[in-house]
Order: sequence, then structure tokens, then C-alpha cells
Amino acid sequence: MFSNPDLLHFIFGRLSLDSFPFLHDPIILVTFLGVVVGGIAVVGGLTYFRLWGYLWREWITSIDHKKIGIMYIILAIIMLLRGFADALMMRAQQAIAFNGAEGFLPPHHYDQIFTAHGVIMIFFVAMPLVTGLMNFVVPLQIGARDVAFPFLNNFSFWMTTCGAALIMASLFVGEFAMTGWLAYPPLSDIVYSPGVGVDYYIWALQIAGVGTLLSGVNLIVTIVKMRAPGMSMMKMPVFTWTALCTNILIVAAFPVLTAVLVLLGLDRYADTNFFTNDLGGNAMMYINLIWIWGHPEVYILILPAFGVFSEVVSTFCRKRLFGYSSMVYATVVITILSYIVWLHHFFTMGSGASVNAFFGITTMIISIPTGAKVFNWLFTMYKGRISFDVPMLWTIGFMLTFVIGGMTGVMLAVPPADFVLHNSLFLIAHFHNVIIGGVVFGMFAGIVYWFPKAFGFKLDEFWGKMSFWLWTIGFYFAFMPLYVLGLMGVTRRMSQFDDPSLQIWFIIAAFGALLIAGGIGSFILSIVVAVIKRDKLRDETGDPWGGRTLEWSTSSPPPAYNFAFTPVVHELDAWADMKKRGYVRPTSGFIDIHMPKNTGAGFILAAISLVLGFALVWHMWWLVVASFIVLVAGSIAHTFNYDRDYHIPASEVVKTEDERTALLAKQQA
Amino acid sequence: MTMANTTASQTEAPVFYLKEEHHPETGTMLGFWIYLMSDCLIFAILFATHGVLGRNYAAGPSPADLFDLGLVAINTSMLLFSSITYGFAMLAMEKGKIAGTQIWLAITGLFGVAFVGLEIYEFHHLWSLGATPMRSGFLSAFYTLVATHGLHVTFGIIWLVTLMVQVGKRGLIPANKRRLMCLSMFWHFLDVVWIGVFSVVYLLGVLG
Repeated sequence: MFSNPDLLHFIFGRLSLDSFPFLHDPIILVTFLGVVVGGIAVVGGLTYFRLWGYLWREWITSIDHKKIGIMYIILAIIMLLRGFADALMMRAQQAIAFNGAEGFLPPHHYDQIFTAHGVIMIFFVAMPLVTGLMNFVVPLQIGARDVAFPFLNNFSFWMTTCGAALIMASLFVGEFAMTGWLAYPPLSDIVYSPGVGVDYYIWALQIAGVGTLLSGVNLIVTIVKMRAPGMSMMKMPVFTWTALCTNILIVAAFPVLTAVLVLLGLDRYADTNFFTNDLGGNAMMYINLIWIWGHPEVYILILPAFGVFSEVVSTFCRKRLFGYSSMVYATVVITILSYIVWLHHFFTMGSGASVNAFFGITTMIISIPTGAKVFNWLFTMYKGRISFDVPMLWTIGFMLTFVIGGMTGVMLAVPPADFVLHNSLFLIAHFHNVIIGGVVFGMFAGIVYWFPKAFGFKLDEFWGKMSFWLWTIGFYFAFMPLYVLGLMGVTRRMSQFDDPSLQIWFIIAAFGALLIAGGIGSFILSIVVAVIKRDKLRDETGDPWGGRTLEWSTSSPPPAYNFAFTPVVHELDAWADMKKRGYVRPTSGFIDIHMPKNTGAGFILAAISLVLGFALVWHMWWLVVASFIVLVAGSIAHTFNYDRDYHIPASEVVKTEDERTALLAKQQA
Repeated sequence: MTMANTTASQTEAPVFYLKEEHHPETGTMLGFWIYLMSDCLIFAILFATHGVLGRNYAAGPSPADLFDLGLVAINTSMLLFSSITYGFAMLAMEKGKIAGTQIWLAITGLFGVAFVGLEIYEFHHLWSLGATPMRSGFLSAFYTLVATHGLHVTFGIIWLVTLMVQVGKRGLIPANKRRLMCLSMFWHFLDVVWIGVFSVVYLLGVLG
């Protein structure tokens, strides 16, 4: 019966023994063995220390925005290791594949690696970092107890994670897309990409996209509706402002991605003609649509980083931020402008001089509000009492690096110049310049800055500084050569080269990538060392940096309810104002606190979505139907649960707050 | 006067926290509005796609060859009537009448089923003429836009039935009223989108 090919095909769809690449590829085999050994170690450890129950009750089912924020960042760090492994392989391949040598990666493998690198770094590293930081910080900054829709928040996180899991599955089961990170048709159409790679791409992004969109809705409503009394819009911390703008961008951009991937999916699954070469399809429509999402996406990533830098600069210069309102307006202007520049990604499409000129000019205009921001940060530093803690180092590194990236961006915005630079390594250098120098540096600054708030102790400073210097120097070594190569006309996504004079530049770039590897290692060490030395690094005040915004007014880590009493805001930088005007922490009069209940529904629904995605990739139609029905039924069943909240009794609040009172008294004694 | 107030508030100890429980307004309606706007963008993309591909017949049939405006008019009226009857359900809900709410919801659902049924009939008919989504860019865009709307209506019907069960079990409690309000917005939203589909895809399509 099991040899019946029709039955096997019915059950497993396109999946067969040939679909497991580690059976014949040594690189993937070693990775696979590593993952298996690591996985067994983790599962064994969790079982041995009896942590499954704790994990389920305290983390997996948690609707606490702080824990969800932390889980997003853990996901991002794990995926960073995967995405960076891809980067190292590409750098190594390009450094050695000269003079007829083929290197160690055949083209079909190399193409999967650069696609996976881009997709993972944007969707599963940068996005979870940004979303995680916003999740953790925003409710604390606005004096709220949680987000507006705590269950949806948990669901969003697990959808993002399941999207990441589907991408990871493609490493060992089947293959990943060989199309580049935006999967342009006609290459991504079924004719030229008949395998499962593009399907993995589509369904991973669709699953994660649901999570991203819902978390965008959630955070907008949180910021609009749940601010502490007295916090008018123009008294919101800048990070909250950037979070608001980013989430507006998410809600206004991600549906476009959803729609365009549906259309691509229909072309692949239902044989329609949206982007095909014949029967009336139009591939350029895909490229327009995907960039209508894609350009706002880069601002989704950078705006929260701008917010982090604003918080860090004013805290570590002991001054209020220079030009708060101009900072807010600059953020809003960038938000709007980010929608009318998308065509600069394909000036070479041939839309004519007028269209290209329009989009070139709008692109250059964006540098004006961005420049205003840089000056605001500089003027905040001017005559400030600057302390060079690690978050401030990242901020200064950002200002220098990002300005260079911005200037090469303006070069690319000139259409005639773009005709020369389009699709070259110059472009690769430019966007890594702004994404590493902007988003990555910003997220590291944010993690180091808010880590003591999340865990009650600071990160290790030595390894933090090592991480900063290795990343920064490594960045310049890795990407300045690519600018040079790009100006010489070297195009992107090549796995082999003929001209031996180019090799030295690739070797320098590979050296830079090794330095960055050291930077990532140091960052992880700064966490590990801090956990070991946590008693020394502990902060019991809740305000280790002399912060200015409300999150520093509560304990570190904050209690489940964040604030025993909802704060009342009078000024911008509410906590600085409270400290200045002699705020006395309340020690009595606590009442019951109304809180949402944990639920496993989000995890379960997301897991079913993952099964559905996998079944769709492999054409296991019975499983598609079954998991879809279970998904709908499960969602409906969840709506029959009306019992979604509970009260933390006043006695428990008293106990928590008394402990903190004792700690603070010990500090002052 | 203002000066005096400011000085007074500065000398008195300012209030930095609320002693009683703080109840921010519920954000469900705003959240659902934002979700609807994001859904609206999906339709916007499908309309734009139809705008780009709508005349790419690839030597296949054109709207004038295919569309039966009479059928579409009946279909449109089903959806418009269903919006009116949903309005009656909401009026009954406001008056706290469970039976009235349920009856109007049921009528709304039946109109919805009629709409989806007619749409399936139309698709079946077109398919039998050889006008499949695989035939041309125009037909790919047409089927996708109209079927996406139809799928939304189908989910609306499933949601409506679920809510009828929940109202039956728990009555018009605040949570259920909030859910009925959300479905109301969803239903009227689909009506608005359909007016766009009817005008742009069918009427302008037949005009050529």
C-alpha cells in the first residue's frame, strides 16, 4: 500500500525523499546536524529542569506586552544568527570564486542564500526588533498597563514566529526561493521557478504579515486611546511618536504586500495572468506594487530607530531634546513622503523623464526632514554633559555612518546617475549603510538602553563597547569596498567573477564581515556576562540612566501591572518633571487592578496557520482543507470565551510595592 | 488670572498619579476602523490591478461580451437591501429587543446568502462560456476582485451566524453589542466596496 505512488502523492503532495537536500549536500547536512543536536539539547534541558509548564504559563500564553516584546527580540536575535550565517557564506564565496574557481556554493545554492539573507534580515530580524522594542516600551512610556488588544498582541507574535519557522523549514525540507528578496516575476512565476522555494516565500510572508498588520493596529489604538491623563499628543515621548508613525505606515503598507503576494500566488497556483509574459499579464505592475509596500517598509524600520536615538541623546546628554516639535513634524513629514518615492527603485523601468524627475525630486526632499533630525541630535549634544555609555556610542556611530548612507542615497536619487548605479554593488553598499548604520545601530542602542528596565540589571559594558567597535569598524571594512566595486560597475547577486583585479576588494569585504561576526559575538557575550555578573550590575532604583520618560518611574523589571497608580502627566519628559518637582512615590492606598488573562489561543491558532502554510507549499490539499477548517473553527471557538480578564487583588499589589519600598529605602541608607 | 492659576498650581503639590482606577476608553471601534481601512487598501490594490489589466483581453472575451447587467443589478439590490436590514437589526439592538435583533440579522444573512449564490451562479455561467480566470489578464483581475469581495461577504455570513448564536446564549450584553457594531461596520463597508465594483468593473466595463 505504501508503494502506491498515487496514495503517497495524495498524502504528501510534492514532498518526497528527494525533497531533503541535506541527504546530498554536505553544508546543509552539517547545519542540519547542528540544529538537531542543539534542538535535542534545548528540549532535553527544558524537560530535565521541568521548565515546560513555566514556559507555557509565563511566556507562550502570556499577553503581557513586556514579555511579548522580549520574545520578539529573542526571535530577532536567533534569526540574526541565521541571516548572518548566510552573509558570511556569501562573503566567503565572493572572496574565493575568481579565476575560474567556482567557490564552494553552486549557483542554485548561492541564489537561495542571498534571497534568504534579505528576507530573513528584513522580515525576521529588523521587523521583530522594531516591533519588540515598541511593544516593550510604548505602553510603559505612555503610562498604560498593557496594549489595547492584549490577546491580539500574543497572536501577532506567534504569527511572526510561525512565519520565521516556515522559512527555517525551507532550509531542510525542499528549497528556498532563488529570486532575490522581492521575488520579481516573471522569474518568480511558476514557469521559471517551478519548485517550492517561492511558495515558501509567499506563505511565510503572508503568515508573518498577518501578525505585523494586527500588531500595527494594536499599537496605534494603544497610543491613541490609552495615554495617561494629561499626556497630549505634543507631550508624548519622541519614541512613542515614531512608534505611532511607524504603525500607521505598517497599516497603510502591509495590506499592499498581502494583496500583491496573493496575486503572485494566484499566478503560481491558479494559472492566472497577472504578471505573466503572455495573455495580458504585466510584470512591471508587480514591481510597482511591491515597492509601494517596500519603500514605506524601510521607513517602518528606521523611524523607531530615530525614536531610540532621540531618547538616548537627551538622556545621556542630561538635557531635554533640542527641537521636540520639529522632531515630531519631521517624523510626520517623512511618514507622508515615504509614500511618494517608490518609483526610485526602478528608474530604469523606462517611465520617461518626467516621471523619473518627479520621483527623484521627492526622494531628495526626504533628506530635508531627516537632516533636520540629525541637527536636532547634534544641538542636543551641544553643551550637554555627555556620558559615553554604550547606547550613546551607538548613537554617535549612527550619526556618522547614517549621514554617509544618506548622501549615497541622494546620489542614487538622481535618475541619470541611477542608470549607471542601478543593480550594482553601490546600491548594496548604500542600503546596508542605512540599514546597519541606522536600524541595526538603533536597535542595539535601544536594547542596551532598555535592557535594565526589562531585567533589572545592566548589560556588561566591556563587551558592549567591544560589540560597538567591532560592528562599526567591521561595517566600514565590509561595505566601503562595495561602493568602490559598484562604481566600477560590478553588479549584485553574482556568485563568480572573471576579473582578478576585483578580488582584493572582496577579500577586504570578507574581512569586514568577520569583524562584524566578532561584533555579534561580543553582543551575545555582553548578555551572557551580564547574566553571570547580574548581582554586580543590578539596578534597584528603576532609573539607572537618569531617564526622562515614564518607563523609568516604575521598578525594573516592572510589575505585571506596570504602574500601581496611573501616572498623571503635566509636561513633556514627564518623569524628569516629576523628579524636578518633588514627586513622592505612593506607598499606601493600593486598590485591585484590572488585567487581561493569559490565553493559549494565539499560539494554537498560529501553529495551525503554520501547518496550513506548510501544506500549501507542498500541495497537500487534504491538509490544506483540514487545517483551514480547524483554523476557522478554532477562531470561532475562541470568540465564545468571554472570560478574558481578572483582578490583581490589592493585597498582592501591596506586597509587590512594599518590596520595592524596602529596596529603595536600602538604596538610600 | 492665568498667571495666578499657574503660580497656585506650582505652590500646591501637583498631582502625579490617579488614586482611583483609570479606565481609558475602549479602543475596539477605533481598532476595527483601522482594520477596515487596511482591508480597504487590499481592495484598492485589486481595483488598481483591474485598472491596469482591465483591457488586456488577450483576444478573449470583453466585458460587453460577458456581463449580464440585469443579473448584476439584482445582485446589487440583494446587498443594498441587506445593509438596510442590518440597520434595522442595530435599531432593535439599541432598543434592547433580542427577538427583533435576531430576526433582522437572519434576514440580513439570507440576503447575503442570495448575493453569494447569485455570484456563484454568474461565475459558473462565465466559466461555462470559456471565460475563466486563466484566459486573460482582464479575467484574472475581474475574478480576483469580485471573488475577494464575495469571500468577504461569505466570512461576514459566518460571523453573523456566530453572533446570532452568541446573542441567543448571552443576550445583548455589552461585549455582544460591541461585536454587532463591528460586524455592522464590516457589512456596510462591503456594501460600499460593492458599489465601486458595480460601477467600475461592470458599468464602465460594459461601456468599454
